[in-house]
Amino acid sequence: MESAMNALILIGNYIVVPGLAYGSQLALGALGVTMIYAVLRFSNFGHGEIMSFGTMLVILTTFAMQSAGLAIGPLPTALLALPVGIFGAIGLCLLLDRYVYKFYRQQRASPVIYLIVSIGTMFIVGGLVRFIIGPRDRNFGDGERFILKAGEFKANTGFSEGLAIKTAQGITVLTTFFVVGLVFWFLNYTRTGKSMRAFADNEDLALLSGVNPDRVVKITWIITAVLATIAGTLYGLDKSYKPLVYLHLLLPIFAAAIVGGVGNPLGAIAGGYVIAFSELAITFAYKKVFAYVFGDGILGDGLLQLLSTDYKFAVSFMILVIVLLVKPTGIFSGKTL
Amino acid sequence: MNKMLIGGIAAAVIVGFAYLATKKESADKMVDGGSVKVGILLGFTGPIESLTPDMAAGAELAISEVSKSGKFMGGTTVEPVRGDSTCVDAAAATATAERLITSDKVVGIMGADCSGVTTAVLQNVATAKGVVMISPSATSPALSTIEDNGLFFRTSPSDARQGHVLAEILKEKGVMSAALSYTNNDYGKGLADSIQSNFEAVGGKVTISASHEDGKGDYSAEAAALGQAGGDVLIVAGYLDQGGKGIIQASLDSGAFKTFVLPDGMIGDSLPKAIGSDLNGSYGTLPAAQGNGAATFEKMASEAGFKSGPYAPQSYDAAALMILAMQAAGSTDSNVFKAKVMDVANAPGEKINPGELGKALEILSAGGDVDYVGASDVELIGSGESAGSFQEVVIKNETITPVQFR
Repeated sequence: MESAMNALILIGNYIVVPGLAYGSQLALGALGVTMIYAVLRFSNFGHGEIMSFGTMLVILTTFAMQSAGLAIGPLPTALLALPVGIFGAIGLCLLLDRYVYKFYRQQRASPVIYLIVSIGTMFIVGGLVRFIIGPRDRNFGDGERFILKAGEFKANTGFSEGLAIKTAQGITVLTTFFVVGLVFWFLNYTRTGKSMRAFADNEDLALLSGVNPDRVVKITWIITAVLATIAGTLYGLDKSYKPLVYLHLLLPIFAAAIVGGVGNPLGAIAGGYVIAFSELAITFAYKKVFAYVFGDGILGDGLLQLLSTDYKFAVSFMILVIVLLVKPTGIFSGKTL
Repeated sequence: MNKMLIGGIAAAVIVGFAYLATKKESADKMVDGGSVKVGILLGFTGPIESLTPDMAAGAELAISEVSKSGKFMGGTTVEPVRGDSTCVDAAAATATAERLITSDKVVGIMGADCSGVTTAVLQNVATAKGVVMISPSATSPALSTIEDNGLFFRTSPSDARQGHVLAEILKEKGVMSAALSYTNNDYGKGLADSIQSNFEAVGGKVTISASHEDGKGDYSAEAAALGQAGGDVLIVAGYLDQGGKGIIQASLDSGAFKTFVLPDGMIGDSLPKAIGSDLNGSYGTLPAAQGNGAATFEKMASEAGFKSGPYAPQSYDAAALMILAMQAAGSTDSNVFKAKVMDVANAPGEKINPGELGKALEILSAGGDVDYVGASDVELIGSGESAGSFQEVVIKNETITPVQFR
């Protein structure tokens, strides 16, 4: 019994806890991508850089607050700085829309052109971010680092395996539940949310019913910017902030959005967790888990690892390919790409 | 218009070359009381471009010290010629070395820096042309056994030596099993292999030897795999500002490891600063010189306007050794003075510290013997590489504290 518990704690410590946190970060990112796809009908490759831009503002504000002596007890100061980042990212998105995307919307450009344009904005925003904060690694987490420490868990429960939960992981999961709940409430129960869904379902019909397209587009960008900044800040708190890493995040985020069904908000959330858990579960070494379940040494000296951790990103690719082959609309039946 | 311009430039270039050629020939003829050239082949562009300016300045400091003393071969001056090794591009480094030897007519090369390009230059150019190379920073164990006609030396220790030292420390601490993570390049792989074979030779067990990529945001999956393999400690053969730090942080977060073993690439003040008190009790090694040669060199460097950064002392020593060997042999011909490099570097003889090159040249010209100590405590062993004194350090109260020399 105890060995079975130890095996469960191992999986909890190395797969469930980090998977929940990483999945939440991906889900928030994918939700933003999917909203843009549903309403504006293009894949926004600049999303990773919007995350990066918002997080950068949060970091700079956090640094300013730290030097001014501001803190909120055990919680990271970055939460206090979050509104600044959100407003900055909203400003950036609205500026980009006003001076870049609006032009192509009036031209009724095809989605491919939008996609290329979004790659252009990706490079511009990425350059801007590197210009302001530089390409280096930044750690901006402060406050209490752990909710539960592995060593303390071992001492208190008597199990031989430890379970660690970082404050950033706890905050990530809670914030994600709160934010996702808010977004769904907004989409389902407010007039503006309903008009957004109508616009996404059938643009012409929505226009005939008196939906103001400029307003819908603007609100979509605002929600996207909010989601992107929160996702970026949570990822940075949990791991660390580096512009290049945020560019690379684009791949799992897109994989999550497509796996869940692009344009479907519920799918984006599910996709985020699917991608995160498969990345962790496939690259995890199960040696100790099996040793607890089947006894030591029965399965030899191997690590029992399906795939080396070097191939972590390949996992999102594999899932992407499988989903596109088997169910091109994604798990929750979004739009076909 | 265009044609005239091109023609004009071509003419100017040809005339220029012709002028340089005549100048060079006249220089070649006057060795006594004239000047000789020494090549400085370092990666002025590429992955270690931040280190090379200080390394080159170190070598040039030794060269100018010799020239100023006026005691080298009857007042011959030595001229440094810089060349770019790029650190990673073997073809570019080979071409540069070719240029240094055939067109600049250098009598020896201080370099190259990174292990890969050093091997390429040695095999393709230096051995073929018979020119001595003294590298300040190539640490690959493969260079110890390479076919070099006695032309290759280095003032840096082989990573094989560091692996040996680390294995000794682990054994003394009673560590029986260790997990090993290394940065995915020649340095990391070579060092990891050396640590593993040495540790296994003293009866230890390496549970896993896995590489990690630098520059990623999240190392929790890597830390998980290392943690599952288990071990008393985790050896991190990486870079302190890169993946190495990420691996340590992720291992601490998940409780996979408490104690870390840190080779030279992981020792620096920024690591305990970034990780905090959890790093206390971890230990490692770092190449360091005993004695006060290093301190003297540091003072000389700051007077000359550069910093005694990593491998700058070794560069000073590499250039100094080459010139002292020439003096001892009474010749600038590589195939003659190559036999003298080990003699001037090791006992017996009068100990020579940095800043005393003039004295050494005097002793040598009088037929005496010197034991060059220099800035990095040079002692050449085996096929002509630094024995390497390492310092065992431990992280105590979030600072790097020296324990003893090994």
